[in-house]
Formats: sequence, C-alpha cells, structure tokens
Amino acid sequence: MKETPLSNCERRFLLRAIEEKKRLDGRQTYDYRNIRISFGTDYGCCIVELGKTRVLGQVSCELVSPKLNRATEGILFFNLELSQMAAPAFEPGRQSDLLVKLNRLLERCLRNSKCIDTESLCVVAGEKVWQIRVDLHLLNHDGNIIDAASIAAIVALCHFRRPDVSVQGDEVTLYTPEERDPVPLSIHHMPICVSFAFFQQGTYLLVDPNEREERVMDGLLVIAMNKHREICTIQSSGGIMLLKDQVLRCSKIAGVKVAEITELILKALENDQKVRKEGGKFGFAESIANQRITAFKMEKAPIDTSDVEEKAEEIIAEAEPPSEVVSTPVLWTPGTAQIGEGVENSWGDLEDSEKEDDEGGGDEAIILDSIKMDTGVEVSDIGSQDAPIILSDSEEEEMIILEPDKNPKKIRTQTTSAKQEKAPSKKPVKRRKKKRAAN
Amino acid sequence: MVTQSVRSARCRAEVIIAAARGVGAMEEEMHTDAKIRAEIGTGCSPRGPGCSLRHFACEQNLLSRPDGSASFLQGDTSVLAGVYGPAEVKVSKEIFNKATLEVILRPKIGLPGVAEKSRERLIRNTCEAVVLGTLHPRTSITVVLQVVSDAGSLLACCLNAACMALVDAGVPMRALFCGVTCALDSDGTLVLDPTSKQEKEARAVLTFALDSVERKLLMSSTKGLYSDSELQQCLAAAQAASQHVFRFYRESLQRRYSKS
Repeated sequence: MKETPLSNCERRFLLRAIEEKKRLDGRQTYDYRNIRISFGTDYGCCIVELGKTRVLGQVSCELVSPKLNRATEGILFFNLELSQMAAPAFEPGRQSDLLVKLNRLLERCLRNSKCIDTESLCVVAGEKVWQIRVDLHLLNHDGNIIDAASIAAIVALCHFRRPDVSVQGDEVTLYTPEERDPVPLSIHHMPICVSFAFFQQGTYLLVDPNEREERVMDGLLVIAMNKHREICTIQSSGGIMLLKDQVLRCSKIAGVKVAEITELILKALENDQKVRKEGGKFGFAESIANQRITAFKMEKAPIDTSDVEEKAEEIIAEAEPPSEVVSTPVLWTPGTAQIGEGVENSWGDLEDSEKEDDEGGGDEAIILDSIKMDTGVEVSDIGSQDAPIILSDSEEEEMIILEPDKNPKKIRTQTTSAKQEKAPSKKPVKRRKKKRAAN
Repeated sequence: MVTQSVRSARCRAEVIIAAARGVGAMEEEMHTDAKIRAEIGTGCSPRGPGCSLRHFACEQNLLSRPDGSASFLQGDTSVLAGVYGPAEVKVSKEIFNKATLEVILRPKIGLPGVAEKSRERLIRNTCEAVVLGTLHPRTSITVVLQVVSDAGSLLACCLNAACMALVDAGVPMRALFCGVTCALDSDGTLVLDPTSKQEKEARAVLTFALDSVERKLLMSSTKGLYSDSELQQCLAAAQAASQHVFRFYRESLQRRYSKS
C-alpha cells in the first residue's frame, strides 16, 4: 500500500511546535517514551515496547562449522524484519533502503562492538562452533525503530540460554535442557542505540522521535553506547551538518539515557529470573494486563467428549457410501493404461465454430458422443460401432469422433446442444488411437 | 450479565471474569465443577469425562498502525495478527466484484518457507469463506500473522487470532470462525488442543476450522494415519470444543463493548 503523504499543514504544525519546544505527546526534548519489556516462555524471546513501537526478538542457536578465517570464533547473525503489520507501506519489495540501513546499523552496534564473547562459543576449534541467530520483527511502527530493535536484541541475548556442551578429549557431548540446565551467553557489555532527530538544519534537537516527528526531521544521529560511556557506534544520516559541540552534547545525553535504560533492562531480567526460579507463571500470558477492557482470559476449559463416539457412528451410518468411481485401470496395450475417464473438454465449443468455417479443410471435424463416467460399458459399444474414421495426422489437433449413423452436419448442432447439457466426460483422444491399434 | 449456555449438567466451563464484575454467581458452579476438575488431565479416552482446552487469552486493538489487531494465546502458543483493510489494491491483484484477501504468516525464526505458504493458503481459504468480500469490491484485505511462540496447535491459534483481528478491524463477516486441533495418539486416545510434545508423539494431528453459526466445517488439515470413524469422532469433539471458543469470543467482545 502506498504511504499516506504528510499534509503540509501537519508538517508546518509539527515544525512550529518543535520551535516552541513542544512535542505532540507532551514529552520534553530529552524524554524517552515508556519502555516496557516482556518475556516469553522460551529463553531468548522478548517483546519490547517503546511507546507504541513494538519489536519482537528471538535468539536461537545451532552448531555449525566456523568460518575459515576465524576457526575459533562463533558466528553471530542478526536479522531485522519490518513486518507488514508494522506499517501499511512495508511491502516485501518496497522497504529495502530502510531495511538495509537498520540492519547494518544493528550489526555494527552489536557485532563490531564485540559485546558477545565469540571465543566462548567455540566447541571444537575448526570444526564446531555455535551460531547465534537473532531474529527481530518489527510489529508496530511508531518511530525510532533502531532504538527499540537494539534494546530487544540485547535483552533477548541476555535472556537466552544455550544448551550445555562438554568436551572430553575427542568426545563432545551436547546436553538437552532436561539433562543439564542451559547456560547463558557471555556478554561483556550492553550497547544501546539512542537516536537524535534534528530539525531546521540542526537548530532543534529531539530525543526518541516518534513517527510523525521522523517524517519532518532533517537528519538523524544515532549513538550506540554502553553504560560505561563507551561509544560503540555513531552514525549521522540525512545530510545535516553538525557542529562538534552538538555531537558532544548528544553523546552526553546518550550517556544518561543509556544508564537509565540499562537499569530498566537489568531489573526486567532479574524479575523474570526470579519468577522462573520460584516456579511462578511467566510468559506473555502474564503480561496481558487484566484490567484492560480489550483483554480477556479464560482458564482451562474441560470439554465433554463422551458422546463423540455415538455421534461419529451416527454420521457414518447415515452417510451415503461414496459413489462408484471406476478406479480399476484398463490396460490397452502393454505400457498404456487408463484410469478414469477424464473431464469434459471445454474447448469443444471453440473447435466447433472454427471447424464450421473451413468446410473444405483437410481434417474432418468429428465429435465424440458424451459418455457418463460410471458406464465403462459404453466404451466398448462405441468401439464396435466404428465406421472408417479419418484420423488427423497432426497430434495437436483435437480429435472428435462421429457417431457412425449420424450425419456430420446434424451432429454439429446436436453436439453443441449436448455440450449445453453439460456432459460429464469426454474420452481423451489419444486413447482412441491406441484402441484402434489394439483392435 | 454474562449468559452461560450449559450443554449438559456435567460439563461447564469455568470462566474468569475481571474483578469489576461480580463473581458471586459463578461460585456455586465452581463447587460442582470441582469434582470434574479433579479428574481432568490434558488427555482422555473417547469415552472419558472430558478433554480440556488450555488456558486462553486474547487482547484486541494492541497495535496502533493496523486497522485491527489481536493477540491470541492458547497455553504457551501465541500468535499476533494485524489486519489492514479494506484498503487500496494493486491493479494486478484486484478482483472486480470482491475484495482481494491476502494472508501473510511469518515464523519467528528464519525466513518463511513452504510450510508457511501452505498454512497461509489454508487460512486464506477459511477467511474467504466467511468474509463478505462482495461488499468491498476492488479493495484488499490483508491479514498479517506473526508467530510469537509455538507450543502446539499453531494453525488453530493462527485461525483464532485472525478471526479476532478481523472482528477488531470491523471487516464484515457472515460468521465467526475458530480453529481446533485434535491429536490421536497410538492407542486412539483423543487429545484436544495438544502441546508440541503431544503433537510429536501423536499418530495423527487434525486441525479443523469451524464456523460459528452452525458449527459447520470450513477447513480441515490433517497429518497422519486415522480411520473414518476416528475422523468423525475428532470432528465431533472439535465441534464441542468450538462451543467454548465461541463463548470466549462472545464474552471478550461483550466485555469490550458493553456499557457496564
């Protein structure tokens, strides 16, 4: 679907409001929207909501052979998908620019910063390493996809547990989750992206732009930082020219924001860990707020299936037996058999009208009599009535056979009416040829 | 204000209503149910007192961009559905007298493959049977499904989520539909709403889509070996289960739209 264009008055309104330091949702310039993190029942699954922007993250692992030039390191794979439900404009072919940009930024932020210890993912050097795959799905687009995605990725990685492996000499044992508790990944630090949107050629700045603000912004600055105030990635796009002190100021703001977000993430992880240990209920079902009017829950419902046997027997007894279909194959010659009669050829009408035109034409038009599917007997009858029939040389031409006692011209009108009666089947012509050979 | 339809004296479903509503009326029924509940496991023999559906939950209108959205949870299986429509359609895909329905199913891990395509087709055929497409010719109705977690009965959960999302979007339909999965294990025991472990160990897994008006069959997708009579038994059990699912739909919509 095409993206609805932003009207001029909306654009002007947004820009004027920003000039007066006002945001549509009432936030201050440096305020983030509410971040909500919920975990699923499997390890490594989480949903992050940044305001209304929602991202689903899932981490999975697999044992593979390592890359040739990095024989002792595990492999990390990131994939961000902009689901079609996130915005009507996200169609499979259409979002390549944005998708590539986001994916690349995410990779630089997480892979190049070496936040995951890839050496610890090695099982047997040069042969088997863990490949960690992070799949992120954008479920709702309300601006600032990159921040939400980076939070979802790092939370999912922190939450994930991989199966335990032990190596004894040459023997490698992979334990299932039931045998031994899965182990977490070794994560050095948590890089989080913070986005700054610039308006009016860099005069005004907003942190965490929402979708409307993103539409009217001039440029975007993304700084990925961890709580130790180390910059992991920095990217400025949109062609705005920033001054040095602007960038420094942004990095200071980013430092503060990242500290807050990291604390939130650690608290959420701890809560989930506690609930799992205590054996309480965890998962997405618990995160559905009970008080919301749009949410509803129902406990386990028993179903009375005591009468299903009787019902089933009734239905089977009342049902008609399936119609007799000729399912036995008929062998014409060695190597040629026929099962069934085939469907009526609906090109027949077209053939008729064409053939009526070329009366003097080479091939005679011959029309088959309609035969019902369950009377295989008629097949042999027609065969015995065979008068000399001119068969066309051309394999492509549709062959239709005259009833010997009827006049061709008469047949044409009759068979068109027969066709109007919707005869159920027509014999395939090639079979007729073979039959003659057999006869 | 919740109307309960009671199928038989022995079978009642317990429904947890929000604290805002009075729980008093439900309590008497809870006592009689206590006996039945003690016998219930997740499996049962065809003649047993009853199989059970897992814990259900549904949240509607949780996404701001799609016209309608719903998140449906069955036990640990969770599917998020978003609906856009009726909306603009590409000229190549438009149908002159009805709406073009498109279903997209995205798995959680990896790229979508052939299994997703076939499930999309099954869901699309079910939706096309109920959606009144002729009211919106030359438009498109897109249903996007995202698997949030898969713990058994995935296709049924997708169908349920799609139905709730279509209702939330206000797409005109002639009936609601629901999905129910049955699994038959090696000794012929019927299990409704199986978990992934039960599905793996089952001899046959059957999924049915049923409509709400007369509980007729809209779609069936089966895998495995089963006999004629077992098929009819599973279908009858699915019809019994669909009563509960439709009651769940009705109550969740009542909660949302009623004035009290």
